[in-house]
Amino acid sequence: MSQGRSPILELNQITKAFGGVEALRGVDFALHAGEIHGLVGENGAGKSTLMKIIAGVHPEFSGRFMLDGKETRFRSTRDAHAAGIGMVHQELSVAPDLTVAENVFLGNQPTNRLGLVQWRRMAREAREQLSRFGIDVDPMTRLGDLPIGLQQLIEIARVLFSGARIIILDEPTSALSPPEVERLFATLRKLREEGTSIVFISHFIEDILRVSDTVTVFRNGRKVAETAAADTTKIALIEAMIGRGGEALEHSYTEDRMLQPSSDASVVLKADQLSLGRNLQDVSFEARAGEVLGIYGFMGCGQLELSRILFGKLKPDGGTLAVDGSAKRFRSTADARRAGVALVPESRRAMLFHQEPVYKNISISILDRISTLLLKPAREREIAMRQVEQLQIRPPVVGLDLGMLSGGNQQKVALAKWLTYPPRLLVLCEPTRGMDVGAKNDVINIVRDLRAKGLAIIVLSTEPETVLSLADRILVLKRGAVVREFVGEAVSKDRLLEAA
Amino acid sequence: MASSDGATTPVDHKRPRGLGSFVRSQMRNIAPFLTLIFLSAFFAISSPSFATLDNLGNILTQVSVTGVIAVGLTFVILCAEIDLSIASIANVTGIAVAFFTLQDSYVNIANLPMPGWAAILMALALCALLGLVNALGLTMIGIPSFIMTLAMMQIAAGVSALLVRGQIAYKIPPLITTLGSGSIGGIPWIVIVAAVMLLGGHLVLTYTRFGRYVYMVGGNREAAEFSGLNVKLILGSVMVISAVCSGIGGMLGVAHFGSAQQNEFDTYLLDSIAAVVVGGTSLFGGRGGIGNTIVGLFVLGVLNNGLDHVNIDSFLKILIRGVILLAALIINVYAQRLRERTAD
Repeated sequence: MSQGRSPILELNQITKAFGGVEALRGVDFALHAGEIHGLVGENGAGKSTLMKIIAGVHPEFSGRFMLDGKETRFRSTRDAHAAGIGMVHQELSVAPDLTVAENVFLGNQPTNRLGLVQWRRMAREAREQLSRFGIDVDPMTRLGDLPIGLQQLIEIARVLFSGARIIILDEPTSALSPPEVERLFATLRKLREEGTSIVFISHFIEDILRVSDTVTVFRNGRKVAETAAADTTKIALIEAMIGRGGEALEHSYTEDRMLQPSSDASVVLKADQLSLGRNLQDVSFEARAGEVLGIYGFMGCGQLELSRILFGKLKPDGGTLAVDGSAKRFRSTADARRAGVALVPESRRAMLFHQEPVYKNISISILDRISTLLLKPAREREIAMRQVEQLQIRPPVVGLDLGMLSGGNQQKVALAKWLTYPPRLLVLCEPTRGMDVGAKNDVINIVRDLRAKGLAIIVLSTEPETVLSLADRILVLKRGAVVREFVGEAVSKDRLLEAA
Repeated sequence: MASSDGATTPVDHKRPRGLGSFVRSQMRNIAPFLTLIFLSAFFAISSPSFATLDNLGNILTQVSVTGVIAVGLTFVILCAEIDLSIASIANVTGIAVAFFTLQDSYVNIANLPMPGWAAILMALALCALLGLVNALGLTMIGIPSFIMTLAMMQIAAGVSALLVRGQIAYKIPPLITTLGSGSIGGIPWIVIVAAVMLLGGHLVLTYTRFGRYVYMVGGNREAAEFSGLNVKLILGSVMVISAVCSGIGGMLGVAHFGSAQQNEFDTYLLDSIAAVVVGGTSLFGGRGGIGNTIVGLFVLGVLNNGLDHVNIDSFLKILIRGVILLAALIINVYAQRLRERTAD
């Protein structure tokens, strides 16, 4: 709609590397006044990096940065802020211990002549701004006491009404309910009419298509397409994102994969109507022996919370869990472990003891099986050595501090700790994230072996490749609810993305 | 006593690495030991009365009560928590054991006399109960240990005040009198009790499953939880252990001082924390042990005792102790950083 005029923001040949890895390679990007510009791409495609450059978060990069036709360099987010650029980051960045009003006016509270904060004025103006956005809360409430979705809305409101003329929203809708998304879009359209430019990053392609004027697609640090939103479709965008018919590596995943028909093996875990605040709503499923259940969804879809509930670290607000047919109410992770549930979380740092030797990392979860009172270090080392050999952990030295192993080998140790006395149900979060191809294949093979031994396995991931390469049956989770189940049918990466 | 193993901790292992990185990773164990050798040499040269067998006996006796209290505190600090109520709990337990013992008629306390064994059991039950309150506040309600035990410090002082009402009690059960102020074959019983408790603490931390859990919870609490450990149970247990050790230290202390009264353990809070930290146990949890605590006790004991042997302004002594503690804290934090860098 605004192609005729010159852009207010224009970037040419932007390249940015993090420690030798190029996150952006020669990207051009232009933003016009009164335009909503949607950005799509897979995790790590470079969308967020480009936006952080615009918002002054990454001051180091090569390429030309033009604002209002003049070459500019921001040295900090402060510079960007002063130039009228505001950004809502993917991770919530609010001050939970301050009031709603203080958060809305963070950094520029209204003060009187003495420099004292005018609380009453601040509260009144905060209430006015938020009600324009359809939010009705007491501005003097502590922000941390509000639900996450509402906190996110307030953070968005802060940036939307800060007077910025360029607003960047990174994944703003992941924790919002449908009516809240509607309100957000109505506000964005109103701001556009007033001449504000908006960049909108989202995994939800329908959202992008509904609200954007222009859509840009990123893949592997490059811009691969730019089109008017009216001239494209969800399918076309997904194909551009994952590069159908493109690189050979991607090829195998874009082909259809035939899933198993539903299994009649015994049900190990039955989850019924699990709910947790705004994160999960009535999630029900079954995991069967000798089967890998994949749960796919975008970041913030409720996977992490679901895995924590299965392992007793979070208590659900509602719903029930049953292991092998008997109802369970876990009060601690120790309860879950005793019931035969094991979890490997997405972060190795959260799972492993970096300053302790490998054998202590492997034995920690089974110490009560091999000793009652006194430790048996020789037996611990022997058990650890067996796992190291089976999983081909390198180097094969069980006395070495864990921190000296590579990431892939650490991930294997995280698996190894559960395998000496196999659990009934193994829950894996992002089991192959950030691993090289070799380590990835090793982990995939280990999981397949475990399935053959009759374990029930649940794999939760935001990477379609991981779910596709491991799962026999796939659930798609979207904004805390199960929206699709793939069973006994052909599935491919683009179909998964389309469902989510 | 078990001082010879002072420089090693149960978590050390041979690593295929150079001497430089070995020294860096062992900084927290080496530095306190060097400090001890340096202080001992300094006082031995400065004063002829310092390096004598008699004086070694003095030092051992002087650190014994601190040593008993420091056993439990080592467990707490290994879990990356803190217990500020140790001195108050020691005080109230010492007072309680006197409260349940028949006092001479001139002591004006409305007490409840009972047999010696029962008085000791009542006192132990009291300190265990106070430790349990600490444990529940920390794990069930989620009050940070620093604040929870600060409140307990006041509560225990309040119970002490109510029990003695400004009076001084002298009579305690004979068993406690013997252990606190008697000696056998020239060796004070109190030194033997301290040595046995330190050894016991060392064995529990090094050779039992519970000891391993303490180190793992201190090393990475989140990972311990994700490994299916009952982290709250372990944290609660160390708070109770700390309170019971403090209580035993308090009973022995009352026998050692010869009286039970309000505020007589006040200096033991700082001394016990200093002994554990000066010894090199990490304030961030997971590193160190009773071996370190023993070295720390000796550093403190040699320093306090040695300053009495050299001609020094007695008001300056307080400042010197403060400076030494600060130096130990700097080494503690620095050693943690060195070790993290080596482990990467």
